[in-house]
Amino acid sequence: MGWQKKVLRVNLTKGTAKAEPLNMEWANEYLGERGLATKYLYENMDPKADPMGPDNVLIFATGPLTGTMSSTSGRYAVVTKGPLTGAIACSNSGGKFGAELKFAGYDFLIVEGKAKKPVYLHIVDDEVQILPADEIWGTTVWNTEAVLKSKHQNPLLKVASIGVAGERGVLYACVVNDLHRAAGRSGVGAVMGSKNLKAVAVHGTKGVKVKDPVRFMKAVKETKALLEKSGGRKELTELGTNAMIDSMQAFGGLPTRNFEAVQFEGTEKVDPAAMLATGPDGHRNLITNKACFGCTIACGRIAHINKKHFTIVNRPEYRTASGGLEYETAYAFGPLVGVDDIDALTFAGFMTNEHGYDPISFGGTLAAAMELFEMGVITEKDTDGVSLRFGNPEALTIMAEKTGKCEGFGKILGLGSRRMCEKYGHPEVAMHVKGQEFAGYDSRALQGMGLGFATSNRGACHLKHDVFAQDMEDQTGKGKPKPCKDSQDRIAMIDSSGLCLFTTAAWGVEEFRQQIDAACEGEWTTERLLQAGERIWNLERIFNLEAGITAKDDTLPKRLLEVPVPTGTAKGHVSDLPTMLPEYYSLRGWSKDGKPTKETLKRLGLEATG
Amino acid sequence: MQKSLLIDAGKCTSCLQCEMACSLEHTGAFNPARSRIKIFEFNQGARSIPYTCTQCAEAWCLHACPVEAITKNMVTGAMEVNESTCVGCKVCTIACPFGTINYNPDNGKVAKCDLCGGAPKCAEACPTGAITYVDADWTGYDRMRSWAVRTHGEPTSA
Repeated sequence: MGWQKKVLRVNLTKGTAKAEPLNMEWANEYLGERGLATKYLYENMDPKADPMGPDNVLIFATGPLTGTMSSTSGRYAVVTKGPLTGAIACSNSGGKFGAELKFAGYDFLIVEGKAKKPVYLHIVDDEVQILPADEIWGTTVWNTEAVLKSKHQNPLLKVASIGVAGERGVLYACVVNDLHRAAGRSGVGAVMGSKNLKAVAVHGTKGVKVKDPVRFMKAVKETKALLEKSGGRKELTELGTNAMIDSMQAFGGLPTRNFEAVQFEGTEKVDPAAMLATGPDGHRNLITNKACFGCTIACGRIAHINKKHFTIVNRPEYRTASGGLEYETAYAFGPLVGVDDIDALTFAGFMTNEHGYDPISFGGTLAAAMELFEMGVITEKDTDGVSLRFGNPEALTIMAEKTGKCEGFGKILGLGSRRMCEKYGHPEVAMHVKGQEFAGYDSRALQGMGLGFATSNRGACHLKHDVFAQDMEDQTGKGKPKPCKDSQDRIAMIDSSGLCLFTTAAWGVEEFRQQIDAACEGEWTTERLLQAGERIWNLERIFNLEAGITAKDDTLPKRLLEVPVPTGTAKGHVSDLPTMLPEYYSLRGWSKDGKPTKETLKRLGLEATG
Repeated sequence: MQKSLLIDAGKCTSCLQCEMACSLEHTGAFNPARSRIKIFEFNQGARSIPYTCTQCAEAWCLHACPVEAITKNMVTGAMEVNESTCVGCKVCTIACPFGTINYNPDNGKVAKCDLCGGAPKCAEACPTGAITYVDADWTGYDRMRSWAVRTHGEPTSA
């Protein structure tokens, strides 16, 4: 148990929706969510398929602990082939949608094919309908959720949808659920749009059961108490993830103006203290914190914009509360583009939620466009008359809206930094790995994080490895490959459980084991869980190798390999990737050209692949 | 001493731990759809409010029931539904002014908060203290105190 042992398979080309048993043999090897969806993806599509074509498969995947009383049990992942990278995409989200899918009786929703006309899925337990989306197509995420709840007279519906960005193929469009939680990265929303699928609306009444409720609740109580006591948890609750911006500023690892600098002079205007401060006009950015389903951390921010701010002074519809700044958004709309106007950042954040696209990739692409503008490669003729100088808050807010609506220069920004910079003949300006833009950690100052960026299966991503503590202690690459590899495997397991990575503020593998072992059939040891994590990592790698993403793509932009950090604790450093990477391959049991060896495949039970 | 649930909506983060604890206690599964306490979100999540039965002293549901399936637990003060007597006529759901007694199509009976026999699981599960179980005579004490301070100001320390 834990699992519902049922998959809903929808084929949009044929217009069919059928329930089938969950493959428990695979579940025992890959757990659930990210890992199990990777296995389903690998077995259900050709990795060479066009990510925006009907042969791509889009999987909404919960884990065995999703919808249970474990803290942070609201997670689900969207797994598909990503259009931004051409690699496997696995984007994870909280909110309440994932748990609701599970309550309707399904571990997974697998979407195949492409609908002839825009449709949405309406799922209430066993009743599944594929319905025309005419009245919501072309509208925002926020409108879509409101219309579907009203149309079906069901305020309890949970909705995951795409905005116009996803419909029109912004390559980093995301799937947004519950208004402001998102499966944000790698363009999973663009894939949904390519299938003409606007939304999934679900309500479930079936509940989730666990194998041993008494032992499970004991583990839940103990692990919740650990979180309650944890200082890291307390910081997340009180300050949100944006607490990181002050750490990165002090350390000198905060990418600024497209990685020209690693410390930003305006940080204190966009940090958690700024969000909490009441201005002379009585306005405070932060309203409250908010939890995802089951979460006893509640790092989510609910904020609002000063109603006299230029962005909304004539737009009363945005005088609302909505999802506020978390670290990656604050970094990508602040230091990375040189803007220090907290209301402008918050407005741009609203745009990403309302129209459904990834703030990290948007910020990275806008930063690259700003550099091209400063270089004179593009001018106001290209940018709809907007001055794309670093630090211009209007450039941020206008382009955020244009990108969300896929209008004017927003269409170019929607390509992502790699394609945009290639188009203008300056690929060196694009800061990305495998086509995906960086989260807010400079690879020259945080060496282990940099190795993780270079080797991440979905391109530059901060959520698939955690070498943070080691990096803060030592600014060189020495000894980093091991914790990088180990954390990648550990996190692959956590991402497959249905719980949130942020619980690691207080939990180790043992805390996950206790809950998984009490909830799921079979005996789940630490070794088994970590080996599942390693198996997942390797299968993602195999998917990518078959898709044509190889060792040559395990790299960092030239700027991080050659241009030394100008300030901070790592002043003078460049990335040590060239020395870390061979050691990493060796630790992984991969050949020099980054392929899992026969022995490695055999050890992980992956002989049939590779 | 009777106790009652005290709800401080300002502390609620909408995590639904209470809904899961309630449904586990009463159905054996984590199933918010069958929870007797509900969290309502307003203004894109800027405010979340838990709501459940307040156990009226003169309970409309109890008086409306034609088969006397609802009785008062004299220890906890909770109005409890006897499922073996309940015929699922739903008259109580019409009588209740607050909407806190509801029909469960899974078993054809109505369900409402029964204070878990005196140890409410929602309060136990709530991580922020938004739901507590306190002396029924003093449910307003903390709120009165905070308003006393807001009205007259907090004394400055000596």
